[in-house]
Amino acid sequence: MSYITIDRDRCKACYLCMDECPKKLIKISETTNALGNKIVEFCDEKGECLGCAMCAQRCPDLAITEVYKG
Amino acid sequence: MAVQVFKVPDSIRKNAKFSFCPGCDHGVAVRLVAKVIDELNLREKTILAASVGCSVTLYDFINVDSVEAPHGRAVAEATGIKRACPDKFVFTYQGDGDFASIGLAESMHAALRGENISAICINNTTYGMTGGQLGPTTLLGQKTTTSPTGRNREYYGYPIKIAEHIALCDGTAFSARVSLDTVANIRKAEQAIKKAFEVQLKGLGFGFVEILSTCPTNWKMSPDKAHERVRNEMMPVFKPGIYKDVTEG
Repeated sequence: MSYITIDRDRCKACYLCMDECPKKLIKISETTNALGNKIVEFCDEKGECLGCAMCAQRCPDLAITEVYKG
Repeated sequence: MAVQVFKVPDSIRKNAKFSFCPGCDHGVAVRLVAKVIDELNLREKTILAASVGCSVTLYDFINVDSVEAPHGRAVAEATGIKRACPDKFVFTYQGDGDFASIGLAESMHAALRGENISAICINNTTYGMTGGQLGPTTLLGQKTTTSPTGRNREYYGYPIKIAEHIALCDGTAFSARVSLDTVANIRKAEQAIKKAFEVQLKGLGFGFVEILSTCPTNWKMSPDKAHERVRNEMMPVFKPGIYKDVTEG
């Protein structure tokens, strides 16, 4: 199963990754980080993630630190 | 068994947090530079000539030796470093105001001399760090803090097309312009940076990449609208492409 890891302290809430995900699995969460940003979270209950790493390529702040494809 | 297909490049400092504004494409460019340094295994022999502007913060995030240069003179400084230490890999990472306005003479003459160095120039059509003034690449009609009614040809003249000018210099080995507006273009940008670094390693001459980037803060746009502006307004004027490549035919 494919998945991504998000470093919540690096996220600056630009939300570019949300548009990039072909399955729209990245959503705005209800929590904020130390910078006060309403960060994104990865919601993949059905195991739809393709492991394409488009979100990680797009993220300007390296907040998506790892992508696994399986 | 899941296979790792993406990781933070090893040349990025541990726990580095970029100080760029949210949605700024500088972060993507820094990651690409670090990734190419990893791929070419250059970390231990690289010296960065740091510029002035938002681009200067690169030395906080990337794990290579670096020397700060006066405003616009990063390429001149890189020339000295490379001539003194020809076995080192020397590159600069500059903004358009640094490379093409304040340091235009230094940049152009390094290309004319065919200095064996690599230069990366981030073009966001404004002076980002100082608050969004009119820069050498500001588009006609673009409003900035020093051109509040928009850049007009009669008063301010035309924007400079850096990659084309550098390509005209006989000492240039590689000159390209790339964009970071889509993931496909980010991959092309990575290839161009790799090529600009490789021409230095082969001793062919000056390697240059101009990267079209966003400045959502000074453009007063959301990050996704800023990418639309790159596509719709910047790319028709600053056309992406490889303008010179001595390794091809």
